[in-house]
This record gives sequence, C-alpha cells and structure tokens, in this order.
Amino acid sequence: MAGGEKKGYEPWQDVNANPLVRIEGVSKTYGEICAVDDLSLDIYPGEFFSLLGSSGCGKTTLLRILAGFEQPTKGRIYIDDMDITTVPPYDRPVNMMFQSYALFPHMNVEANIGFGLRQEKLPRAEIRERVADALKLVKMEAFSRRKPDQLSGGQRQRVALARALVKRPKILLLDEPLGALDKKLREHTQFELVNIQEKLGITFIMVTHDQEEAMTMSTRMAVMNDGVIVQLGTPPYIYEYPATRFIAEFVGAANVLEGRVMGFFEDALSVYSEEYDCELLIHHPKPMDMGASVAVALRPEKVLITEKPVNVASAANTLSGIVAEIAYLGDISIYHIRTSGGKLIQVQLTNRNRMENPGPTWEQKVYLTWHSTSGVVLET
Amino acid sequence: MRRPWFLFTMLSFGYAFLYGPIISLVVYSFNKSRLVTVWGGFSTHWYRELLHDEQILSAAWLSLKIASLNACLAVILGLFAGFSLARFGRFRGRGFLSGMVGAPLVMPDVILGLSMLLLFVAMQQTFGWPQTRGMTTILLAHVTFSAAYVTVIVQSRLVDMDVSLEEAAMDLGARPWKVFLLITLPVIVPAISAGWLLAFTLSLDDLVIASFVSGPGGTTLPMVVYSSVRLGVSPVINALASLILLLVTSGIIITGLLLHRQEKLQKTSEL
Amino acid sequence: MALNKWSSVGNMRERQSAVLPQTLLGRFRLWLINFMNWRRVRGIARSLRGRPLVILVPILWFSIFFLLPFLFVLKISFAESLLAQPPFSALLHWSSDGILQLRLNVGNFLMLLEDSLYFSALINSIKVAAISAFLTLFIGYPMALGISRVQSSWRLVLLMLVILPFWTSFLIRVYAWIGLLKNNGLLNNLLLWIGIIDKPLPLLHSDFALYIGIVYSYLPFMVLPLYATLVKLDQSLLEAAEDLGCRPLSAFWRVTFPLSLPGVIAGSLLVFIPAVGEFVIPDLLGGPDSLMIGKILWTEFFNNRDWPVASAIAVLMLLLLVVPMMLFQRIQDRPDNHGNGLRNEL
Repeated sequence: MAGGEKKGYEPWQDVNANPLVRIEGVSKTYGEICAVDDLSLDIYPGEFFSLLGSSGCGKTTLLRILAGFEQPTKGRIYIDDMDITTVPPYDRPVNMMFQSYALFPHMNVEANIGFGLRQEKLPRAEIRERVADALKLVKMEAFSRRKPDQLSGGQRQRVALARALVKRPKILLLDEPLGALDKKLREHTQFELVNIQEKLGITFIMVTHDQEEAMTMSTRMAVMNDGVIVQLGTPPYIYEYPATRFIAEFVGAANVLEGRVMGFFEDALSVYSEEYDCELLIHHPKPMDMGASVAVALRPEKVLITEKPVNVASAANTLSGIVAEIAYLGDISIYHIRTSGGKLIQVQLTNRNRMENPGPTWEQKVYLTWHSTSGVVLET
Repeated sequence: MRRPWFLFTMLSFGYAFLYGPIISLVVYSFNKSRLVTVWGGFSTHWYRELLHDEQILSAAWLSLKIASLNACLAVILGLFAGFSLARFGRFRGRGFLSGMVGAPLVMPDVILGLSMLLLFVAMQQTFGWPQTRGMTTILLAHVTFSAAYVTVIVQSRLVDMDVSLEEAAMDLGARPWKVFLLITLPVIVPAISAGWLLAFTLSLDDLVIASFVSGPGGTTLPMVVYSSVRLGVSPVINALASLILLLVTSGIIITGLLLHRQEKLQKTSEL
Repeated sequence: MALNKWSSVGNMRERQSAVLPQTLLGRFRLWLINFMNWRRVRGIARSLRGRPLVILVPILWFSIFFLLPFLFVLKISFAESLLAQPPFSALLHWSSDGILQLRLNVGNFLMLLEDSLYFSALINSIKVAAISAFLTLFIGYPMALGISRVQSSWRLVLLMLVILPFWTSFLIRVYAWIGLLKNNGLLNNLLLWIGIIDKPLPLLHSDFALYIGIVYSYLPFMVLPLYATLVKLDQSLLEAAEDLGCRPLSAFWRVTFPLSLPGVIAGSLLVFIPAVGEFVIPDLLGGPDSLMIGKILWTEFFNNRDWPVASAIAVLMLLLLVVPMMLFQRIQDRPDNHGNGLRNEL
C-alpha cells in the first residue's frame, strides 16, 4: 500500500500544522438541489487526498469549486491562508486534470503541455526546458510531436498529467484520473501517480468513485454522500472503523448484524442479535444503555470458517449454518452461509490450497467464529 | 441489414430523382441545338455566348460581391449569436434571441422580403437612409437571414464541443478572451467555414427577398435567370447553371473535407 | 413528468426565473434588492465582463432587421393604398386643428375575408403544402432509413449527396424540371418513344409539376432531420424487438417509427411551413389555376403595387404559420434533441 510508506507523515494530527487548503462552510445549491452542504475540510501540504463517493454525491462539484469553475453559494475557500473564493480559475495556483483529459485537439503533445506556461509569458527557452522535463517525468519524450488523436488512452492520460503539473501548481486536482483506463493499466498507473506525487511533493486532491483506487493512493480520504462528508480519515482507519452502515457497505463489503445491547464488561459490549440468534461480543470503549438497538459491521475476511466446531470459551461470536453460495474468484472464495435464523452471512476464504483440497462445499454444515476485535459498532 | 433490396431500391430511386434533373441540365448545356431537348451534337457554344452576355456577367458580379460580403458579415453575427446561445447559460433575452434566430429558417421568403422592404422604406422616410435600394439593402436583408443559419451551425458545434477544453485552458491560466481565440475558435473553424459557404450560397441563390428589397440599380443573378426562364428555356441558362453547379460542388467537397476533419477532432475531444 | 422537470440543473434555473416577478414594478423592486446586496451585484458584473457586447450585437441586429420589419408590415396592413411614393397612407395624421389622429383601415382585411379568391388561395396553399409534406415524407423516410443503415463510412458520402442539391441554386433546380416536363421535354419524349402515350401530356404548369417541384426542392429538409433521429436509434432495440418475437415490419411500426417521430415532425414542418408561402415553384411550374398565397402576395405587390393588401396577406399568413413555427421551435429547443438534422448536418 503506497499510502503506508508515509506512516510518519500525519500533519492532521498536529494542532500546529497549517493547512494548505481550508474549506469553510461551503455550500453549493442549484435551485433547490443542494450539491454541497455546509462542508468544511482542511487539507495539508503534501497530502494525497481523495474525495470518495458515488455519482451525484457532490464530490465533483467540490472539486470544481476548488478549481474555480463553480462559485460556492455560501462559505469561503482559502489556499495558504489567502481567500480565493472569488478568484477566477486562471489566477488560482491550482491545476486540474480532467476526466475527459480535455487535451486540445488542434495542438500536439508539446504544445498542449506548454500551453499553461505560454499563458504565463515565460521565456521560450524556459518553456522548452520545462516541457521537456514534464515529458520525461511521464515518459512521453518520444511522442512530443503527436496530436492527441494519435495517442492511446493511457498516453493521453500522461499528457494531461504533464500539462497540469508543468505549471508547478500548489495543488493538483484530479477528476477520476483513471476512469477511462482499463483495469490492468489502471493498477499500474495508480502506483505511478503516487510516485510522481511523492517525487514532486505537490498536494493532490482526487475525486473518485472507486474505493480501491482511493484506498491504494491516498494519505487520507473523505467519504461523501448527499453533499456532506460522512467520514474522514486514513484509508486503513476508514476501512477498519467505518462510522456508519453506509460507509461499511460502500468501502469494502460488510455483514451488518442488528441487535440489542445486553451488557457492558470492561471494554467489551455484549449484543444479542435476534435475526441471527447469536450473541456478539465486541470491543467498544464506551458503555451503552441496556436494550439499546445497535448495528454491528463484520468484514467477511475477518470471519473464520471451519468444517468442525471450534472449541472456544464462550458461545459468543460463533455461528453455524449451511453453505448457500460459493463465488470462486481465484485468490479468494466468497461464501454465503445461511444461518439457522435463515439470514445470510458473507464470509471470505483465502484459497491457500489447490483444487485437491477445496474448502467447504454446497449444502455443507459449517461453523463461523470471529474475534471480539473484528466487529465494529456503527453509528445509527 | 433488413430487407436490403427494399431500402436499396428506395435509395436508388431517391438519388435518381435528386440527380436526374441536374444531370440532364448539364448534359444539355453542351447541346449544339437551340432546342433544349433535342440533341444536336456536342458544343461549348452556349458557354461562349454566356461569357459575352453583359447583363448576366454584371448581375453575376453583383451577386458574387453581395454573397461574399454577406458571408463574412453573417459569420461574425452568427458567431456572436451562436456563442451567446451555447455558452452564456440562461441570460435574460435568451429565449428572445433563440426565437429570432430560429424563425428566419422557416419563414416564407415573401414575408421576409416584404417586411424588409417596408423597414427600408420607413428608414428612408425617417432618416433619409438608405437613399436608393440596391446592393446595400440586399446585403442587409441577406445578412439577417443567413446569419440565422450560421448561428444554428455554430451553436450546435459549440454545444457538441467538450466544455472541459475551455475549462482546461482557463485552468492553465488563459483569460476568457484568450480561451476563445486559442481554443474555441480553432476547434470550431470547420463549422465556421461551413457556415461561411452556406451563407455565400444562400445569398447567391436568393431571388424573392432580393426582388423585394432591390431597386432599379440592383439586378442580381437570380433575377436575371428568373426573367429569362419566364420567357422560356434557354441553353445559355443551362450553361450558367452548370457553371454554378461546378462552383458549388467544389465548395461542397472542400466543406466535406473540413467537416470530416472536424469529426476527427470531435472524436478526440470526446475521448 | 414532474420528476423530469427537476432532473437537470438547466431546468432548475428555468424554474427559478419563472417565479421572478413579471411586472415592471416587480422587476424594479427585485433589482433594488439586488442593488442592496452589493457583493452579489459585483459578482454579476464580474461574470458579465465582455458578455453584454457579444449578446447585444445579435439581439440588436435581429430586433432591427427581423422583428421591427414585422411591426411595419402590421402597420402598413392597416393603411390605405395610394398612388404615391411609397404607395400607402400614413396611419398617424395631423388633422387641421392640430390633433394627432390615428387612422386604422381594416378594409384590407375585410377584403381578404370577403373576396373568395384570397380565402381559396389560402386553403389551397395549405392543401398543397400538406400534401407535399406527406409526399416528401413518403420518399424521404426510406432514403433516410437506408442511409442510416449502411456502413458508417458510406453514410457521410450518401448524406453529402442528399445535401449537395440543397446547396445548388434553387432556381436552377426548378428550371431543370421545366426542361424535363415541357411538352417537347425529356419526359414526354421518353414516354412517346416507349409508346405509352401517343401525344405529349401537358405535364408542365399542372398540379403534378407543382408537387414534383416542391418535393424535389424540399427533399433534403426532410431527409436530414429524419436521418439524424434514425441514426441515433439504437440498433439493439430492433434486435430486442425481434428477439421478443416481433416480425421485421411490425418491429418497424412499433419501434423504429415511433422513435423517429421527432424527426418526422421536424421534417414535415420544415417542408410545410416554407411551402405554404412558396412563390417561385407555383409561378414557374404550377398551373394558372393553382393559386397559392405566396404568389398572390407577389402579384399584389409587384403587379398591382398594392402594398397594404400585400401586407395584410403577409399578416394573415404569419398568423396561420405561427402555430407550426412555434411547434418547430419547441422541437429544436428540446435539450435532448439539439441534433435535429439541420443543426447537425447542414
């Protein structure tokens, strides 16, 4: 995981750190539709920040407000403590890589990349040098004379990146940068983008609907829904501690078990789920009222599946059921287990063994167990 | 492809219907006989006669002058109107403008011609200008209705164009007018040239409007052709028609190539 | 429908402006409120930089040279015909005691209503235009369908071939038919030679020639919008229909045709509207008894020099055409249909 390499770098933890971008109470409404709703967010220098959400959640609107293409209805935007809310896009120290790449079809690669520098009226020699550097950075030196329609999708993406980076912006905005690429190329480009970002130290703000992409690349990410940020944090934190049911199901897969609080011991919560007929024991720092209804998220890969009952001290965090569906994905298999209550539960199994020793098969009775740190109590 | 024979027959019939008359026109322009429909052998006699017909030549010269001036003015006006309609969102008066641009496309010529003439008469009574009707009045009338066509072409190309191209230019530091000059204009150049050619031929072709707004001095080519056709069929007109066809066809081929290029550009900007 | 209205941002804005006060006073008040909100006014001024000129030039031009003239047509239609230069009376008149008088003469309109000549010409024009639109549709639809179904590399060429005659002189195309339809013209000679007839048919100056002329001249206007809607039609819809058990012909009537209706309407209007006021074709090809309103207007204006009556005819024609024109505008402005033929292919 590329984000993990920068473990020591966590300016958002530091109260004295000065954010590069400050978004303060920004709203954007179109008529009665509210695309962004009173959103506040700080982004620190050198971050690779992702805005993650499904289409229509307001992430692209927020990006366009940062670029200056949209004016917020309410709120202010600061970059380096300067209010840029009303600064037009051509005067902002921000550049954008468009989803469609938006390469100028009548200019060749070199002219496309040099466009922004020519607008700054830089001397020709410097433009030539910086364009050459940018071409080298994205490994496109050999294609400098080509027109955009003579390039492949991946090459276009590189040119678009170079064009936005050559201006040395404080912030690079990326709108679904890998959306138009096929899967293999996408995975490869993810790492390349992160490498470039680390090399240049420019702050990247990326919009994506692909949670894997956001998790692989970003230092922090914000999950958006209906114009607000539902959770903000590092990718591992958001994955392991989803705040709400929406995040648990949007970022990765999750079983959500509903139940009532039966008791609280030390730092663990005892929950009884009627629909699964199962007692759950979950690590939870805060006590909760007896009888309160809670939802517990359980990631499929955190559940152990066995063909024989496992000997454990208590009956908590165990379930039994029969295999209803198996999806073989090669590296892993996903099992849908029908529990005695009739409810399905999703379990993931790493295919460590070859075909000769396959795991449980259809209609087989299996036993499920998990650790008390595996479940997460969700906000309701 | 379903029932290809049926569609094929209808297509062939349609194209025969479209081109039969035109081909016969060209063929008989090389006819030696004065009788337009009897073949008397190959001859370029009528072309030579055409080149010595003072009336036709001066009318043609006037028509060409009006047509090219008209095309330039109509392109400028159409560019303004098309850009307003495609890029400025909903401004006050947008519906008004789009209505006034759409109406000339379907308005019968006689109404356009009559209304224009009455305007010029009223202007003359009030301001004393235009003193005589002729080239200027024809030009003004033609610019008005051909600009409507140019607007439609420019507007639709602008609507098809990926707006993020313009946004990208702005993002890279270009001010709005530079965005227009460096990005928008080059991308829609083929549409502009198509609009120019269309305005040119519309003006060259117009009989009715020009007849209304013209005065004693302004006899355009279609007026000469019309009065000559009313008197009967003449091989000189055939020769003239063939020359116009040649002119227009070459124009069309150039436009076609330009449009083709545009389509390629369009495709890249969409990807 | 209600959902649709709210589906896009553009519509939202439209909705917003619809609730703006429509009266002058209301607008002024709104403006005052805006003026108070100084920041907003500054914002508007910034967003408008350079825009007013670009918008104003075409609005002014079309107001002066397109809209204003119609007011004059309306004005002159209420004037009296005079033997003068220009040949009509003034509406505003200073009477001997210095009072400004407005004289409206409705005689022109009364005459149009009383004299059956004008009325029958109007009815005849509508009839001819409607029949022509139908005939053009009949010929144009299979052509458009055919073009939309060939390989895409051929489409552009075939389409260009349809547009090409539209660019050549209209007058010349009508003239070409005179040569073909004359008594000793190509068509009669051909029929005589085959032996179907033994003496030339009076083809020229007949309704037959009139319809041929209109269909011929306006065919591209029909094919282009039809093609534009047909080519956008997803072929898999037809395959789905057939997969579900629909025979080709019935798949056409149940899927292709209904989906191409916007093109059918646009094309028919593009033929119908100008054909109502057509002058050159009825004059050169039509018979002496086929009176069309455009030709009557021309005759009143040029031969009788009766400008007020010609204006009154123009007013009537406009009133008649205003509904189809607005319908056409509606189709053109539909956001999902900016590519109706003329716009895309011209």
